[in-house]
Amino acid sequence: MAKTITQEFTKGLWDEIPPFRLVLGLCPVLAVTKSVENGLGMGVAVVFVLVCSNMLVSLLRNIIPSKVRIACFIVIIATFVIVVELLMQAYAYPLFLKLGIFIPLIVVNCVVLGRAEAFAYKNGPVRSIVDGFGIGIGFTISLTALGALREVFGSGTFFGMSVFGPSFQPFTFMVEAPGAFVCLGLMLSLMNLAGNK
Amino acid sequence: MREIIKMIVVLTVLSSFSGGLLAAIRGGTMEKIEYQQLVFVKGPAIRNILEGCSNDPIVDRFKIKDGDIERSFFVGIFDGKANTVAFEGVGKGFGGDMGLMVGVNIDDDKIIGMGVTTHSETPGIGSKAQTDPKFPNQFKGLAAIEPCKVKPDGGEIDAISGATVTSRGVCVGVTDATEIYKRLKPQIAEKIQEFK
Repeated sequence: MAKTITQEFTKGLWDEIPPFRLVLGLCPVLAVTKSVENGLGMGVAVVFVLVCSNMLVSLLRNIIPSKVRIACFIVIIATFVIVVELLMQAYAYPLFLKLGIFIPLIVVNCVVLGRAEAFAYKNGPVRSIVDGFGIGIGFTISLTALGALREVFGSGTFFGMSVFGPSFQPFTFMVEAPGAFVCLGLMLSLMNLAGNK
Repeated sequence: MREIIKMIVVLTVLSSFSGGLLAAIRGGTMEKIEYQQLVFVKGPAIRNILEGCSNDPIVDRFKIKDGDIERSFFVGIFDGKANTVAFEGVGKGFGGDMGLMVGVNIDDDKIIGMGVTTHSETPGIGSKAQTDPKFPNQFKGLAAIEPCKVKPDGGEIDAISGATVTSRGVCVGVTDATEIYKRLKPQIAEKIQEFK
């Protein structure tokens, strides 16, 4: 049963939204979502890498020998990750300082490699771009939502602006690592609850 | 055999293409990145040292070749005269190398300010060299042509309590800067004319 182009796009927004449905690439998700800004920045970087790598993998899928496909995917992904890293340094340096090591680590992000292997290697370029875009946007939405939740309760701010006023006592547990797991778990359970109805 | 050759060819072509692309982008963004790094890493220290100058010291900078390396100098214009430069020396602290930005008035060879740009010292102890203004302020007015030392070593700088290694490292870095200054003073004086 072939999906339409629209379905390829929208599946990334709900049915297969990473990291909730495809519980992949959790390391950066848990580490960078201390604030909305970080989550959004990371998401945009991942969208760029996913779209470009999906497109290239799909265009080259008949040339790449299947025995060295993983090596080829990694070369392609790593190239685009470094492009993002350089561009971010040149145009968004403060964000680069905050995200730090997690930008180069997009290379080993399972979401990106997973889409190249599971989707782009088997489908045409248009579908692959749409798929990368959908999954990437889904990833961005998740990271932004997670970042918003953690920032609002953990430091009482949203995009650095105070939400509750000066009397608010921040719930710092939320911006620490265990808080990330708890938030992710709660959001996942809520999504399952909504999906099962 | 044919399969192996195909693998080698594909991987080689892909890698060289990716290398070429990255080299091109790196070349295109290098200047921009350098500027951004100056603004966000060294900028705060430079602006602090050259407080009250009428120009933007990060734009008004020049480079001098010192042996194998190129050093950047940031010019501060006070009362319409370009007579102050800020530049960086390196000292070894508790956690590794520290970058020390030192501002020198070239008319009377005196240090007008000092600030830590990069460090990996213990947060809350050695990091006070960067965050507590009391420590760097001690360097103001010292002669920029003499080595500088902490009090136990016979100098006049009060070490940060609990962070003697860091304080010594800062002094070594400032001394390094004074040596650069002594060595390059003629070139500095010549280059700074352009900013008058």
